[in-house]
Amino acid sequence: MREVDVSQITAAIRDMCIESTHTLSPDMEAAFTKTVEEEGSPLGKLVMDQLQENLRLARAEQIPICQDTGMAVIFLRLGQEVHLTGGNLAAAVDEGVRQGYNQGYLRKSVVGDPIERVNTGDNTPAVLHCEIVPGDQVEITVAPKGFGSENMSRIYMLKPADGLEGVKNAILSAVAEAGPNACPPMVVGVGIGGTFEKCALMAKHALTRDLREKSPIPYVRELEQEMLEKINGLGIGPGGLGGTTTAMAVNIETYPTHIAGLPVAVNICCHVNRHARRVL
Amino acid sequence: MEKKHLSIPFDTAEARELHIGDYVYLTGIIYSARDAAHQRMQEALDRGEELPFPVKGSVIYYMGPTPARPGRPIGSAGPTTASRMDKYTPQLLDLGMAAMVGKGRRSPAVLEAVVRNNAVYFAAVGGAGAVLSHAIRSAEVIAYPDLGPEAIHRLEVVDFPVIVVADAHGGDLYTSAVEQYRKKD
Repeated sequence: MREVDVSQITAAIRDMCIESTHTLSPDMEAAFTKTVEEEGSPLGKLVMDQLQENLRLARAEQIPICQDTGMAVIFLRLGQEVHLTGGNLAAAVDEGVRQGYNQGYLRKSVVGDPIERVNTGDNTPAVLHCEIVPGDQVEITVAPKGFGSENMSRIYMLKPADGLEGVKNAILSAVAEAGPNACPPMVVGVGIGGTFEKCALMAKHALTRDLREKSPIPYVRELEQEMLEKINGLGIGPGGLGGTTTAMAVNIETYPTHIAGLPVAVNICCHVNRHARRVL
Repeated sequence: MEKKHLSIPFDTAEARELHIGDYVYLTGIIYSARDAAHQRMQEALDRGEELPFPVKGSVIYYMGPTPARPGRPIGSAGPTTASRMDKYTPQLLDLGMAAMVGKGRRSPAVLEAVVRNNAVYFAAVGGAGAVLSHAIRSAEVIAYPDLGPEAIHRLEVVDFPVIVVADAHGGDLYTSAVEQYRKKD
């Protein structure tokens, strides 16, 4: 049994909240460069130039890439050989978010109750997804999620008879409806299968996958490529002002499902697709 | 595409010279307001009270910034989704608001009010909060400080880059530009 003090988790989350909101991961930066080169609309190119300059300034002057520094979504993969010490895990996670959003001059965008809507003042609580896995490590992924794109995400409980065509239509209609509101060029996370909540969680998790990696499942890999081409054919373009790049990637996860169902979730992320990962 | 410089305040004749797709640099005073501030302004109007700033000729920026680091006027300061303010916008336009800066599609009622009042809807590039903050020279909270990032800020901007997405002539760039680049089956 390996002991890990939860204060290490707090420190890692604090650092990743700050890092991910100021610097995009290398896969996202590579996708940006490709989009700048390939965009076919003059106005779209201008938007991409401004966004690249924005990334440069954010890093150099430590100004958050986007003012919506999001709600902190955290995926924690906890090895079953790990014994956590030093306090409550959820409290340690929230403390990391609290410190990161305060020390990093990040916007506090969380209200304590969805109807009463009073700001909690420190961006807590986080949305924490824990998974127990084999091994003695703790893998933490911090993915602050902005709501311009979150608001445009959709879930569809399709019928088995809708099949692959139904899935394609669901993805395309979610993206078309999102249009300029989701700050394209987007990253599209898709979950197919499972249950109502499982497919939503897969769609969210898919957004944290390195954009340069493809699905290991051959038909899913093809679907990712086909959907990317179809989405870019919608014409929405950078900033939604028309153009040839509407999405930089489509990442799809799948899971077994029930004989009666075909759930599909589409979690849309803007071009500020933030994710940082550390292993303790 | 045409690049223009525009000083605030501007009159309706100047507004009518703007067309969708124009790339415009704004200089002057603008006011930040988003969801919660709009709700409070609506409540103030319903009670017959004045708004926290002179609405006639004003430009509202749908934005809630990150906190300023020491020595800076403001933190990251890009636009938020404008459609959440659609409910409040026609009345503000009818009261003389000259323009809005935001991102994303507007309702038919807002687009009609833009035409009716010779107003304009500008988009700033969503997610370009660091670049846009450089065009903001000073920021001061003038109302609703308890709303934190949603308070109304008076912002002094110089060459703030925006694109005309809905104009006084009924143009809507989000519809027409997308149509131009859409691949037909």
